[in-house]
Amino acid sequence: MNNTSVMEGSEAVAVAVKACRPHVISAYPISPQTHIVESLARMVAGGELDSQYVRVESEFSAASVISGASAAGSRSYTASSSQGLLLMTEVFYASAGMRLPFVITGVNRQISAPISIQVDHQDTMSLRDSGVIQFYVESSQEAYDTHMAAFKIAEDPGILLPVMVCMDGWILTHSYERITLLEQDEVDGFLPPFQPVNSLDVNDPKSWGSYAEEDMLMEFKYAVHQAMQSGKKRMKEIFTELAQITGRDHGGLIEAYRTEDAEFILVAMGSVTGTVKEAVDELRSEGKALGLIKLRCYRPFPHEDILNAIKGARAVGVMEANFSMGSEGAVSMDLKAKLCGQKDAPLVVSFIAGLGGREININTVRNIVEELEGVAGSDVPQLEPRWVGLNTDILPKGVE
Amino acid sequence: MEITIGAVVQGGTSLGYKTGTWRDERPILDMEQCKACGVCVSVCPDSAVHVKGETYIIDYDYCKGCGLCGYECPADAISMVKEEK
Repeated sequence: MNNTSVMEGSEAVAVAVKACRPHVISAYPISPQTHIVESLARMVAGGELDSQYVRVESEFSAASVISGASAAGSRSYTASSSQGLLLMTEVFYASAGMRLPFVITGVNRQISAPISIQVDHQDTMSLRDSGVIQFYVESSQEAYDTHMAAFKIAEDPGILLPVMVCMDGWILTHSYERITLLEQDEVDGFLPPFQPVNSLDVNDPKSWGSYAEEDMLMEFKYAVHQAMQSGKKRMKEIFTELAQITGRDHGGLIEAYRTEDAEFILVAMGSVTGTVKEAVDELRSEGKALGLIKLRCYRPFPHEDILNAIKGARAVGVMEANFSMGSEGAVSMDLKAKLCGQKDAPLVVSFIAGLGGREININTVRNIVEELEGVAGSDVPQLEPRWVGLNTDILPKGVE
Repeated sequence: MEITIGAVVQGGTSLGYKTGTWRDERPILDMEQCKACGVCVSVCPDSAVHVKGETYIIDYDYCKGCGLCGYECPADAISMVKEEK
C-alpha cells in the first residue's frame, strides 16, 4: 500500500506523534515549533486523536504538565524552541532525575540576544547536562521515524529518561518533503502501550524525586548516567528494529558516511548533513579521501562509535552550530576529551559554522575541508576554534 | 533510604521530619480573643494550625515559627514569643 505523501516537516512530526497515541500533550506556542502543536491541537479538537491537550501560560508549565502526566503513567509529549526550551530547562533537570520518560521535539532556533528566529543548535545543546537524551535529524522523514523510536527508548525500563528529538527550524519544519508513513498497526506493534514502573495513585501515595542529601545524591546522578551509557546498546537495537519495519536505516547513534579509508572526516549534525554528503561525494570524485560522521545522538555521546569510525584519519573537522562562550564548540570539546591520550589520535579542529542561520552550502564545506587540510600537516596545536565566514569588516570597533 | 529509580518513595515521609525544631519564635493563641475566623489555618504554610471542635490547635511539631498567623490574625489573638530552650 502506498502511504507516501508530500507534507510539511511539522505535519510529519504531528502525524508521527499522533500515531504514538500520547495521552497528554501540553505546549506553549513559539516559532518555529508552532505548526507541530497546532496540528496536534486540531487533531484533538476534531476527534481524530484521543489525548488530553492542556493549554498553559508558559513553557515552564507545559514541561511541568507533561512531567506530572508522565508520573501518573501517561505517555506525554511537548514541543518547543529557543527561549521556550530554556524556560523548560529547570523542569527537565528534575524530570530526568525523576526518570520520567516523555518525548520533546526540540525545534532548533538560536537564542537571544540579539533576537532572531533563525536556526542553530544553541538551544537544545544548552540542555546537554540535564539527563535528557538528544537525537538530531537530517530530514523530516528521519524526524518522523525518530519520534517513533524516541517514545520506545524513553520508556525502556532500563533507560526511563526524557528523549528530545531535535530538528532544524524552518529548514525542516516549514519545508515540504515526501514522507512515507507507517500503518497504525505497524506503529502499535512496534510501540506497545506505556508500562510505567511507578505511577501516581491516590490509594498508594508516593513521592517523586524525594530528598537526598550528601550521602546519596551522587548515587542518584550516577544511576542516570549509567542509564544513558548502558542504554546505548538498547537504543541501537530499537533503531534497528524500526528500520526493519520502515525499510529505512538512518544509522544508529551515528551514521558514518564514506568514512572507510578517509583521510579527513567532518562531523556534523542536523539538516546540514545532507549538504555535507553532497560535498563529500563531489570531493571524493575529485580524488579527496573525505568522509562524514553524522552525529544522530548527542547525549549520550557515542564516543565509542565515533572513535571507531575516525580510526586512521589524519584530521577531523567538527562543524558546530553552537558555541560555548569563552571556549569552543561543544562537540569538539567532547571529542577532544575522549581522544586525549589515545594512540595516533587525529587532529580535531572546531569549525563554528551556521550560527543564527548563516548559510552553509557546498562551497562552505569545501572551504572547511581546505582549511582542515592546511592545518593537518602543521605541528602547531589547534587550540582556537575557526569561525567560518566571519565578516571581520562589520565587527564593532575594537573587536579584533 | 534505598536508592530507587527516580527517587520514588512512599508518600508522607515528611511526617517523620519534625521541622518544629527550627522555630525561633512560638505563636501563642489566646482563645479569649479568638473569633474562630480561620485565617490562621488558611495562611499557615505548613498546615500546622488545626481545627478541633470550637478550638484551634497549633501543632508545634511542625510549626517553624514564621509568624504569618500572628501577622494576619484580625483579632490579634496570636502573639509571637521568643523560643527558649
